[in-house]
Amino acid sequence: MNRVLSFDAEKCVGCHICEEVCSETWFKTTDPERSSIRIREEQRQDGLMLSAVYCVQCGECVNVCPVEALYRDKRGIVRLRKQLCVGCLACVGFCPYLAMFYHAGQAEPFKCVACGKCADECPAEALAVVEVETPRAPGVQI
Amino acid sequence: MRTVLADYAYTPSPVERGYTGRTLYINLSDRTIAAKPVTDLMKEKFIGGRGFGLWLLWHGVRDDTRWNDPENEIVVSSGPCGGTTQYPGSGKSLVVSISPLTNVVIDSNVGGHFGPLLKFAGWDALEIQGKAERDVIIIIDAPAGRVTVEEATNVPTDTHLVARWLLEELAPGEEERYFISSISSGSGAEHTLWGCLNFSLYDRRRKELRFKQAGRGGIGTVLRDKRIKAVVVKSLPVKGDSNHPADPERVARAGIRLHKEIHDYDDQQCRMRHRGTSYLVQIMNDYDLLPVHNFRFGSHPEAHRINGNVWEARFTQGLPDGCWYGCTLSCSHTSDNYTVRTGPYRGQTVSVDGPEYETIAGVGSNCGIFDPDAILELNFYCDTYGIDTISFGTGVAFVMECYEAGILDREKTGGLELRFGNADAAIELLHQMGRGEGFGCIVGQGVRRMKEYFAREYGADPAFLKDIGMEAKGLEYSEYVSKESLAQQGGYGLTNKGPQHDEAWLIFMDMVSNLLPTFEDKAEALHYFPMWRTWFGLCGFCKLPWNDIVPPDNKYMDEPAKIPAHVQNYVDLFSGVTGRQVTREDLITMSEAVYNFQRVFNIRLGYGLRDHDDVPYRSQGPVTIEEYQSRAERYDKQVEQLLGLNPREMSVEEKLAALRKYREEQYERLKDAVYARRGWTKNGVPTPETLKRLGIDFPEVLAVVQKHL
Repeated sequence: MNRVLSFDAEKCVGCHICEEVCSETWFKTTDPERSSIRIREEQRQDGLMLSAVYCVQCGECVNVCPVEALYRDKRGIVRLRKQLCVGCLACVGFCPYLAMFYHAGQAEPFKCVACGKCADECPAEALAVVEVETPRAPGVQI
Repeated sequence: MRTVLADYAYTPSPVERGYTGRTLYINLSDRTIAAKPVTDLMKEKFIGGRGFGLWLLWHGVRDDTRWNDPENEIVVSSGPCGGTTQYPGSGKSLVVSISPLTNVVIDSNVGGHFGPLLKFAGWDALEIQGKAERDVIIIIDAPAGRVTVEEATNVPTDTHLVARWLLEELAPGEEERYFISSISSGSGAEHTLWGCLNFSLYDRRRKELRFKQAGRGGIGTVLRDKRIKAVVVKSLPVKGDSNHPADPERVARAGIRLHKEIHDYDDQQCRMRHRGTSYLVQIMNDYDLLPVHNFRFGSHPEAHRINGNVWEARFTQGLPDGCWYGCTLSCSHTSDNYTVRTGPYRGQTVSVDGPEYETIAGVGSNCGIFDPDAILELNFYCDTYGIDTISFGTGVAFVMECYEAGILDREKTGGLELRFGNADAAIELLHQMGRGEGFGCIVGQGVRRMKEYFAREYGADPAFLKDIGMEAKGLEYSEYVSKESLAQQGGYGLTNKGPQHDEAWLIFMDMVSNLLPTFEDKAEALHYFPMWRTWFGLCGFCKLPWNDIVPPDNKYMDEPAKIPAHVQNYVDLFSGVTGRQVTREDLITMSEAVYNFQRVFNIRLGYGLRDHDDVPYRSQGPVTIEEYQSRAERYDKQVEQLLGLNPREMSVEEKLAALRKYREEQYERLKDAVYARRGWTKNGVPTPETLKRLGIDFPEVLAVVQKHL
């Protein structure tokens, strides 16, 4: 089984608290550009469309990493060994979900590791950490 | 058993904005090891890479230095952007030396990890002069803060063995292997003038060494003449910010843009990630540009046996096959688990680097060989013996034509029936080069010397040999048929180092798209593109990520051939790394300074003038009746339309002669136009005004050109 974040667009209210929580948890700042989840808002004819960008643990990035810094752990989560990373950012350009992130001031990229902090804090209960057979999260929309 | 002959302690300089500020000088004759400062002038005018190599070499040699004089040097330098991990193709090394083939400066652009690791070991360039008395290895060990020249017992010579020996000797643990790279050549480099350098990289996925070649111009021969078995660098660990750019975000953003572009479009464009440059075989064959039988023809019915589909099936798929970290174009593929079938390593299972297009076309189609296994065998042995596959391919193709023309026979070749397509004979010839015996040693002197030898010893017609011997300046042609593109004839002929397509590849623009109709258009292209391509070699870049992947909207741009969006990436990269804010025009001016300096360097060494830019007629048009008749419709049309003659009333000999007169005149007119555009005299000499405009009017440079004004 693989541990992944899941997102329910029907429940999301677009408060962006998840972005702040993520950024605070991992970078001790509330900069949404340092969050591993990004809530996208798109104005459509039938109203505001909300979607989330985050890692679905598909592992495409593991294949493009030249130094085996990216790997899948026992719980199915794709993680980065920073000490091996050479900062090439190939994983950022090759992520099919645009969910591997780069931020100025840090040579290594970052991503969601399904820690669940954002789900814990989500007031609308739109986020949850779930176990899936194949690492493709349901409900992800880009 | 290792014995240290010279020992130098140092503290690695930190890299600032792409430079360490120091170069490493080693003299093997007097065993000097020293650091030299990188001056502001060097950074401003010569940038790095090939520019640094030329500058250091210029000051190291005399006007009459030849390749095997102790004064000759081998200089290796990456460049300020070299070692960037974020942008594909940013790990190249540039090697500069005086060539045994051409007697002038050769520069060679090569992948592998050496150049970037040299920088991360504290050095912007490595300059080796002098000659050792016995075989040595040079070890640059940054973690230990030591440079040594050492003798060792039982060191193998051929690359796949010596590099493995070094790895086990110097980096026994897996993690120690991450940041080590070696330069080596092989036994063939000792017995021919075609010696190449193999630059290693440790592939963490395969847990194995791979190699990339600085192939052109015989620098491996210089290496072995200096009695160097190998040069090794161990660097400090590489991180994403090791090159310490002025604006890391600008560099990273450019890198991510290109990674994404490659991710989205490579599968629909060149499929470099699957096939590497082997994709070119089919295209060249389709456009009649694939050299076949010593450049007589441009296509062959059996070409499908060696095209990209065949190699895609042979290359191990799905691995990040860059030759430096972060190259997602990943053209550097490997034919793994190849079992060697001949020679001293028969039965060994090896990984063959590539083959790449140039090798497939050179040792393959140009020699009439369409057997993929034979191409792999030749590729493996060329690499491990330290022999340039391009010169080997073009040289053997010349020999095969001479054989079929009756100039050579079995008696002269020592029993080898060197007809087109005889792969076994070509492989045996290569083994002779490795062993240093037989006809292989004559062939390994290169096409220019073979022409003299065959005329002198075998009474061959020198004019015929001149026409079919595909060399210029002494360097063998790389593997494109340039007959129908005058601009590409200039792209090969009007070069500094000799006919190598890395200066200009204009065939499609000129012949297919007809974008260069006038002499002025051609001259402009032969100004811009050689300067543009030179620039990659100043900075540590590879050319391929510039135009082997293009943005989908590129065709709507003003000058699509230049790939404007990618040029902007390079502006961002150079500015972002060095902190020197530049425009796209500045990039060209940087190259102009270095390029003109190299031209003057060649003149200083006794070459580099108009006559030296001559090319063999085989590169310009059909030499033989057979060639004419194979494309009779095309040539008859030209005789009629371009020359205003009636081909139906002429013999083939008359048509050949008329076409030849016309084409040779065109080439001379091209020279005039290009020289004028480049700011040179009619004799091909950069004028003092040009040198002044470029800021390289140093007294010693002006003194060279003034003798020729």
